[in-house]
Amino acid sequence: MLSYALRRIALLVPVLIGLSMLVFVIGRLLPGDPVLLAAGPNASGEQVAALRAEFGMDLPIPVQYYRYVSGLLQGDWGRSLMSRGPVLDDLRVYLPATLELVFAAMALAIVVGVLAGLLSAVYRNGWVDYLVRLVSLASISMPRFFLGLLLQLVFAMWLGWAVLGGRFPLMGTPPPVVTGMLTVDCLLAGDIDAFWLALKHLTLPAVAMCLSPLATITRMMRASTLEVLQQDYVMTARALGIPPGKLLFKHVLRNAMSATLTVIGLYFGWLLGGTVLVETVFDWPGIGLYATKSILTQDFMPVMGVVLTIGSLFVFFNLCVDLLYGVINPKVRLQ
Amino acid sequence: MSVVHVPVAAADFVVDTPNGSDNWGRAIYRLRQSWLSVVGLVMVLLLLLLAIAGPWLAPFPEHLLGGINTGMRFKPPSSAHWMGTNEVGQDVLSLVLGGARTSLLAGLAVVSAAAVTGTIIGALAGYLGGWTDEILMRIADLKLTLPGLILAMAVAAALGAGFGIMVFAIALSWWPGFARLVRGEVLSKREEVYVLAARALGAGPIRILWRHILPNILSPVIVKMSLDVGFAVLTVASLGFVGIGIKPPTPEWGMMLSTARGYMPDFWWIAIFPGLAIFVSVLSFNLLGDGLRDVLDPKSRR
Amino acid sequence: MSDTSPLLEIRDLHLGMRSYEGEAHVLNGVNLTIRRGEIWGLAGETGCGKSLTGMSISRLITTPPGRYMGGEIRFQGRDLLALGEPEMRKLRGRHIGMIFQDPSTNLNPVLRIGDQVTDVALQVASHSPELFGLGLGASRSQVRAAARSKAIEMLERVGIDNAAQRARDFPHQFSGGMRQRVLIAMALVGEPELLIADEPTTALDVTLQAQILQLLRDLVASSNTSVLLITHNLGVVAQICSHVAVMYAGHIVESGRTAEVLGSPAHPYSQALLAALPKAGVARGQLANLPGRVPSLVHAPPGCRFAPRCSRAVVQCSAQLPASAQLSDSHQAACIRLDAEVAA
Repeated sequence: MLSYALRRIALLVPVLIGLSMLVFVIGRLLPGDPVLLAAGPNASGEQVAALRAEFGMDLPIPVQYYRYVSGLLQGDWGRSLMSRGPVLDDLRVYLPATLELVFAAMALAIVVGVLAGLLSAVYRNGWVDYLVRLVSLASISMPRFFLGLLLQLVFAMWLGWAVLGGRFPLMGTPPPVVTGMLTVDCLLAGDIDAFWLALKHLTLPAVAMCLSPLATITRMMRASTLEVLQQDYVMTARALGIPPGKLLFKHVLRNAMSATLTVIGLYFGWLLGGTVLVETVFDWPGIGLYATKSILTQDFMPVMGVVLTIGSLFVFFNLCVDLLYGVINPKVRLQ
Repeated sequence: MSVVHVPVAAADFVVDTPNGSDNWGRAIYRLRQSWLSVVGLVMVLLLLLLAIAGPWLAPFPEHLLGGINTGMRFKPPSSAHWMGTNEVGQDVLSLVLGGARTSLLAGLAVVSAAAVTGTIIGALAGYLGGWTDEILMRIADLKLTLPGLILAMAVAAALGAGFGIMVFAIALSWWPGFARLVRGEVLSKREEVYVLAARALGAGPIRILWRHILPNILSPVIVKMSLDVGFAVLTVASLGFVGIGIKPPTPEWGMMLSTARGYMPDFWWIAIFPGLAIFVSVLSFNLLGDGLRDVLDPKSRR
Repeated sequence: MSDTSPLLEIRDLHLGMRSYEGEAHVLNGVNLTIRRGEIWGLAGETGCGKSLTGMSISRLITTPPGRYMGGEIRFQGRDLLALGEPEMRKLRGRHIGMIFQDPSTNLNPVLRIGDQVTDVALQVASHSPELFGLGLGASRSQVRAAARSKAIEMLERVGIDNAAQRARDFPHQFSGGMRQRVLIAMALVGEPELLIADEPTTALDVTLQAQILQLLRDLVASSNTSVLLITHNLGVVAQICSHVAVMYAGHIVESGRTAEVLGSPAHPYSQALLAALPKAGVARGQLANLPGRVPSLVHAPPGCRFAPRCSRAVVQCSAQLPASAQLSDSHQAACIRLDAEVAA
């Protein structure tokens, strides 16, 4: 297991390098001269030239790339025109918010999706199955931001059950920042009341985000469970009296999870990049909102920072999935 | 627990198989079997009809060009205005119909552009192999790890407003999926006998790809295209929601949703109908795409 | 329950299977009686219904598409067809064990060998703790420990050396023969009274075949377990079975002690089967062949289903299913021609 893990981790390095190169290229290709923007409209030609030299924009491309990467590694991810501060600092604030949202959404999607897929396969062609399949199809087609709006409309405005937006009530006292994820920090600080408040705020956006991974996970679980149920070893287990609960959750589940795991890993990455609109609707201060605002003000350093972060995390999440595979399916470790 | 395990013996009793009708006949038969797919097909055709004929079907076509009617602001759905009116008195139904054209055409354009680009790249990578393959596919893989929506937004915002630019920006993030699909298909078809025969006769790679291989890999590409249109429409609406891409007065569903936000919950219809329009469009294309996949590529059936 | 009453009695069992073409009448009045300690071979060609018979005993056939149209399966006096699923589950593993054909697909690839055997033992222990020497008040950990040690003991008995250590391995780390032994261990760990083995050696090469059969014979001898060995290979039947039943198109056409049936087959089908076996002394190119095909079971001919291919058929054969003619105290065959001969 260990050698398998090490091999997988070693693969990270070239991928991250490639990622940084790609982001660098994209960043350079985007029009809008950051030097001119930084200099302001009244700068003279000399001032602009001086700034250009200071930014290192007059150096050959490979050198620029090298400076870029060393800058990244040292924590210099550029500055945001909007916040007038280092991008990395902004990310440190905004990233945990999005992570919290993504984790909550995926938790919902995995728990409900796996269960729904399993049951859908076991009671194949029963009403449960048809209901699940119909809801799945509708879920994938539903635009997240529209769903968010609907949820706000129904649950916050009409029924008054949930909260409209934001992460935490303005009047409340948030817990000390440990992870940046409010719910976790509340639990760590032992503040249960604050925890419930944070959870209330997290609910609607998490539900809005979770539907499309939930639908896909359900579909995949259903398909793989159906396949596993046809296998001989399931018949043998049944023939020897293994009770249905244990059969399903121990003998069947572990075999059916494989394909779904891949999808789960992919979705972690996709959701990270897909929170943009939900964050807008719910006023959730995450990297999606950060990137959007930056884009609208033609401030591209933050955007590149966000893109690089999401790309790296995507790769990292898929690594975790690979490692999990090794745990669940022992044959994979031999690869 | 109804665990299905049909014993082998039962299968032995299937003596006859249905007559081998031609491929198309069987395809149509299979498509008809899934009524949901037929529903999808009908809905898509309706939508396309609306997209093309939108401006002529709209009851208040002048609103599509920016005309307003401040006397009729915020009217709820009624017989005169089936979907009510918005904050400047425009008929929501007309706007939704007009938006159909924009969103659907944009979605189709995006998928087509991505399909063409991806096919070219994937075909070259698959056929030529070696370094070309490695480099192109590494780029495609890396691209897939980057957030497509954010990049599309950034590119579109940087390049300015406009239909074409928006399509270009979104297609930029879409091509890797097609590239990988086509590459896989080309790889498998590359060693087929008819390709070897063509090579023996002196045909160059372009000719082989164009005349021999590509026609045979059309099915999965078409399936992917149909499955992707829905999400392309969604992406277009997403950009509109944020305010990038299409500029007013051209109606766009996403943009309509965005402005409608401020008027909820009292004037809910301004938001609900465009949102429903997006949902229905995406659903229709997904149903159709599922059906097409079952028909053209039955091996991937559930 | 005295030892002389039969362990298993299948009486006039009819099973229909829904398929493309209609409902196939796959089991057509099956009659079989197994007593304690008997090793029955159920022989016949592919598709004759022998696997279905075996699976019917364990009630593993889903209904639909299956449908029991009549008859009963009495196990230790109880009609299994009338039992609900929870009741059947108590029987499976503990009173009825099963082994299937292919050892490479019958073990769960992601669970350790020891776990798979222990799972069966655990299940048995929950219904019959006394089997492991536990009282009713035993704690969960005690039960688990007892099940685990029974599982390891069973693995050793089937011939897996170093069982405690190998129990931590996964199926892909075992060879085909070892896997089959594991399956046998799983089937016998609950000390069932009846073991149903569906082609247990078909997927193995000949040397392994002999080993496994020997193992089976030794294991069941010591515990007086009855066996229903489903096979298409009469050689296997000759090797370990005390009794044999020959099946054709859903009906048992002949049954009795192995020596009697194989030595002097009475039913035309059995005779043809045995004649078709290549034997030493037969000249090359002279394999006896049985003309014709198995009939469609959706549109099955009434009466004896072998009649269309039978060289001794008469008109009455197709009128109704022939009753079994008793040829000796254990040997019977379903052929009206024999009936007449016996009566004569």
